[in-house]
Amino acid sequence: MSSIAIHQPAALAVQQSAHALELRDLRKSFGKTEIIRGANLAVNAGERVAIIGPNGAGKSTLFNLISGRFEPSSGEVLLHGQRIDGKKPFEINRMGLSRSFQITNIFPKLSVFENLRCSVLWSLGYRYSFWRFLSNLHDANERANELMEMIGLHRKRDTLAVNLTYAEQRALEIGITIGGGASVILLDEPTAGMSNSETAHFIQLIKKVTEGKTLLTVEHDMGVVFGLADKIAVVVYGEVIAYDTPEAVRANARVQEAYLGSSVADQQAGAH
Amino acid sequence: MSSIAKTSMNSSAADKARSQGHYRFKPLNIGRILVWGLFALALVVAPLIFTSSLALTMLSQIGYLIIICLSYNILLGQGGMLSFGHAVYTGLGSFLAIHAMNKAAAGEMAIPLVLIPVVGGLAGMFFAALFGYVTTKKSGTTFAMITMGLGELVASMALMFPEFFGGEGGITTDRVYSKFFGLDFGSGLQVYYLIAVYCFVCTAAMFAFTGTPLGRMLNAVRDNPERVEFVGYNTQRVRYFAFIIAGFFAGIGGGLTAINFEIITAMDSVSVVRSGGYLLFTFLGGATFFFGPIIGAVLLVLASVLLSELTKAWLLYLGLVFLLMVMYAPGGVASLIMMNLRVAKFGHFKRLLMPYLGILAAGIVTVIGAASLIEMIYHMQLNAALGPKVPFMGTELDTSAAATWTVAIVVFVVGLGLLEGVRRLTARRWGRIQEAIEESIKKGEG
Repeated sequence: MSSIAIHQPAALAVQQSAHALELRDLRKSFGKTEIIRGANLAVNAGERVAIIGPNGAGKSTLFNLISGRFEPSSGEVLLHGQRIDGKKPFEINRMGLSRSFQITNIFPKLSVFENLRCSVLWSLGYRYSFWRFLSNLHDANERANELMEMIGLHRKRDTLAVNLTYAEQRALEIGITIGGGASVILLDEPTAGMSNSETAHFIQLIKKVTEGKTLLTVEHDMGVVFGLADKIAVVVYGEVIAYDTPEAVRANARVQEAYLGSSVADQQAGAH
Repeated sequence: MSSIAKTSMNSSAADKARSQGHYRFKPLNIGRILVWGLFALALVVAPLIFTSSLALTMLSQIGYLIIICLSYNILLGQGGMLSFGHAVYTGLGSFLAIHAMNKAAAGEMAIPLVLIPVVGGLAGMFFAALFGYVTTKKSGTTFAMITMGLGELVASMALMFPEFFGGEGGITTDRVYSKFFGLDFGSGLQVYYLIAVYCFVCTAAMFAFTGTPLGRMLNAVRDNPERVEFVGYNTQRVRYFAFIIAGFFAGIGGGLTAINFEIITAMDSVSVVRSGGYLLFTFLGGATFFFGPIIGAVLLVLASVLLSELTKAWLLYLGLVFLLMVMYAPGGVASLIMMNLRVAKFGHFKRLLMPYLGILAAGIVTVIGAASLIEMIYHMQLNAALGPKVPFMGTELDTSAAATWTVAIVVFVVGLGLLEGVRRLTARRWGRIQEAIEESIKKGEG
């Protein structure tokens, strides 16, 4: 993975001084309803951040704003110190940010291998070329194979994505997300709909494939949150009300009042 | 698209190859060489087997329609773009080709006839780059509507620019204006071989396209345009570039049309009806497989030349066939073939033999019943002055006798009943066979 350099030189230069990802007073309204109401967040490079919050708090919307799916109403999003708000998803992706989706979002009629190969082509510089054969692109093919091994789907190489099991599709989703070698990864509820044993396995997978990267993940399962994250961002009513280490967040009175309440304390008690 | 290669490979050898270095390019792929060799051979020997002048005309038409339908399938099958305006690019290719021929004949330009299709191709590419810039900004229904609007626009322009489009009479030319290694292309056979060479080269080029980064990303855009944006690709660009490439091949087909007919009229060649024909037959042939449109092109010529000779109601029959295909075999003829090959590969085809014969028999009864009714109704509406008798499959039907109608209706209804019965039986057996195949695949994996 380290062989893939996706940043512009300019982005590299500012990377030292800037956060990997920063939100500054980010706002988004749909009609008259303001969903994101001045979110602020600064994520350091290499950190794993879990974003938690009650249903409808705007976690997914936040991801959509960062990744360019929606355009913010106001505020700034900075990736390695460069503004990306208002840019198109593919532009943001080329700058080194990649995301997965809550509802599986893959290429159903392509094989596992083709799905992964599609995810690496741009970052390897093959762009829109129609004068080269895919079968001759050894770096792309090797990278796709590497990814396939990494997500444990190498035995399903030629299976169409639509014919995979749900858990396999989720793994493929992760594979496509990390394929381009982005340094900032956004995972939207990666373990949604999985059984407990699948979830445990999947967390290991996520840890493995996002090694050395900056990770933001929306997660409902508190066991996962505390197991995976270096820091937790709590989103309530479109604002980041707390952003700190898991211990500090758990102790945070405002968080307990607004969101965690007693339910998490119970969950934690039950888990230990 | 890879299915051609997949089925032509020996399956167990392929499985072994898959586990090690499977993505390496294999230039000496025997299966692929065989398929392409047979295709070339078919193009070469076809006019030697079917020697009548009607057959030669049909073969020539099949040749360039293969190019056109394949180019259309770059949009429909590979890119998920339902275009209602493909005839714009074939038609404008034809017009520029025919003007180039006239200029060359007048000595104003030095273009040998063998390069005229390239002129058509460049024209198609130019207009695809021009119009496609607008159409490919959108996808789905919006794309379809815009292509249709553009189709109408160009068709109506034909009357506004009679110098270019030749008004209602069209533009004529004489293709015999230069020699190329002793060939003057006066005879239909020489023209056929010119078309055949272009057909082979273009088919190979379009197949090659399916194996390139742009070709694969086009499939990804078809499957899930949103996700494509999140792996770094601009979906509009992907669609736009593919559209231009499709326009180029469409224009080559148009140029060959101009050479073949030596006359082009705007009413016909850029019309939305013509675009609809390309859509319909590409679909019938099968948009999900690369070779489907080739079958579609053959069907298009057979239907428009032979079926239209046979009966006045040919469009009605065509519509019924289209309807049935959409309902029962949405993958077209190509997918029917491929699905049955899969069954055969796993050794289950014998179990389908009887049901298929049953469908055939019941189908024949139904068709006889339906066709006799349709022919009688058409006769009463169009040819009543010729008397009550209709020639039908070697016999005569009497439209004035109640008995004829009764028998026709009974045959039709009985045939329909039989057909439905056999269809259900076949569907059940088909389902069981698919289950058995899934089982054996799972066993093979474990």
